[in-house]
Amino acid sequence: MSVFKDAGHLFRFAGLFVLAFLLFLVIRHFVVPPSFGQYGHYRGAAMGEIAARPVKFAGHETCEACHSDVADAKKAGKHAHVNCEACHGPQEKHATSDDPSATKPPLPDSAVLCVRCHTASAAKPKGFPQVNPAEHSNGMPCDTCHKPHNPGMDAGGPK
Amino acid sequence: MSGVEGFMYPNEYGLQWSILIVLYPYITGLVAGAFILASLERVFHVEAVKPTYRLALLTALAFLIVAPLPLQLHLGHPERSPEMYFTPHSTSAMAMFGYVYLWYLMAVLVLEIWLDYRREIVLLSQSSKGLLRVIYRIMTLGSSNISERSLAIDNRAGWIVTVIGIPSAFILHGYVGFIFGSIKANPWWSSPLMPVVFIFSAMVSGIACVMVLYMAITKLRKQSIDMRCVDTVAMYLFYVFIIDFSLEMLDLIHRVYEADESFRSLNFLVHTQLYIPHIVIQIFLGTLTPIILLGITQVVHLPEVVRKRMYATAGCLTLIGIFAMRWNVVIGGQLFSKSFLGYTTYKIGLVSKEGLLVAVFLTILPLFILWALIKLLPPWPANTAQAPAAGD
Repeated sequence: MSVFKDAGHLFRFAGLFVLAFLLFLVIRHFVVPPSFGQYGHYRGAAMGEIAARPVKFAGHETCEACHSDVADAKKAGKHAHVNCEACHGPQEKHATSDDPSATKPPLPDSAVLCVRCHTASAAKPKGFPQVNPAEHSNGMPCDTCHKPHNPGMDAGGPK
Repeated sequence: MSGVEGFMYPNEYGLQWSILIVLYPYITGLVAGAFILASLERVFHVEAVKPTYRLALLTALAFLIVAPLPLQLHLGHPERSPEMYFTPHSTSAMAMFGYVYLWYLMAVLVLEIWLDYRREIVLLSQSSKGLLRVIYRIMTLGSSNISERSLAIDNRAGWIVTVIGIPSAFILHGYVGFIFGSIKANPWWSSPLMPVVFIFSAMVSGIACVMVLYMAITKLRKQSIDMRCVDTVAMYLFYVFIIDFSLEMLDLIHRVYEADESFRSLNFLVHTQLYIPHIVIQIFLGTLTPIILLGITQVVHLPEVVRKRMYATAGCLTLIGIFAMRWNVVIGGQLFSKSFLGYTTYKIGLVSKEGLLVAVFLTILPLFILWALIKLLPPWPANTAQAPAAGD
């Protein structure tokens, strides 16, 4: 018995570990959401929450249903694979509205929008059109010379 | 873009891992190394290093407390970090490190220090006053049994903890090496030798750190340095350093001979941007110079004062060299494009969240914690204070 008595402090230390572990389990019980692990290593309820969010993008097929002239111009140019809402922003409200003219999106500022993709960078492939905006246009909006839906200089824009 | 040459992928412009991630393996390495030094006395009965035993344990604890701080500061949402414990993912190397860290902190280091100091803690809980008395009483866990038999049990339990602690220390730092070595997308890191190199470099830095701290603290205490102890520590440092350097050279030779598709890019990096930190600081200043200094002390009988200066110089250079090694691994591994066609640069901020001032603070912080730990748990018995030796 004296061994247990002389080793009593070790049991106290072990008890501290057990207490810490129990505390960990209690905290874990309260901080881990109940649906965690339902489908995988994430909160299962998040799926429902995300699905319940309002839709914001209409999709290019919806845009093309009304704006077929723009769709035709775009198909012929280098921006054929750029989605409408990539430049014009999410348009679900505009597309589903009874009066689309009331929710007409503002025209993007081409001096700001175009340089996001076309500013020269060493990381871009050499074939990708890229310029130093200050040298290239001296602050003029890009759509002075380029038509955004079909931006090639031979596509009808000023020479 | 300034600082970028050739072709870089967009996510390679700026470095994702900053100087704080350099500190993380550096500090963890000091912990593991200091513990291995402590185990020399406890498990392998190297009596000569006894004066550094407790200091090594406290040093390991001081640095281990600070080890996760660089990671916390690096995170965008540090408050989410406990989730790593609550919902760990088995494929996350970092989540598993959380458990390795906690195991090493609580089951090895704190337990060993508590067992080793229990007699002093009980005595201090009876002799001290005020807040200190409360702290010591809490530390006794309500047991004031310091009978010969209970201390013998402590001694035996401490030995077992140290025996478990040695592989734990290896796992702790080997795991840090594994975190880098297992990133197969990065040829600078991806190597099965990485955990082994990390373990030995950890031992080198930890032993050097305790040696320098022991000499500095003894000097500050105006006591005489136990030269038998420092000579032995320096001898172990020398041998471990030889193994560490051999492993690093083996890794280098393997890379040069294999010369895979990344070799030209990495070779260019080592001869340009990494020339100063890798070739000059890490290899010549931080590895070869201390090995030569330590080697001279092993083969030539030198006066005590010369040996002290050589050990101090070798120790400080070793710490600089191992820091450079961590820098070259962490920063070097992010300077080249995975396309092997471009390079970027790392510009360290001064006062930013991951800047130089924060890094300096985190490097110094363990020394303040060590000072507090030494005040709380003095590593040396008060009655063995010796008179300062001549020439000190």
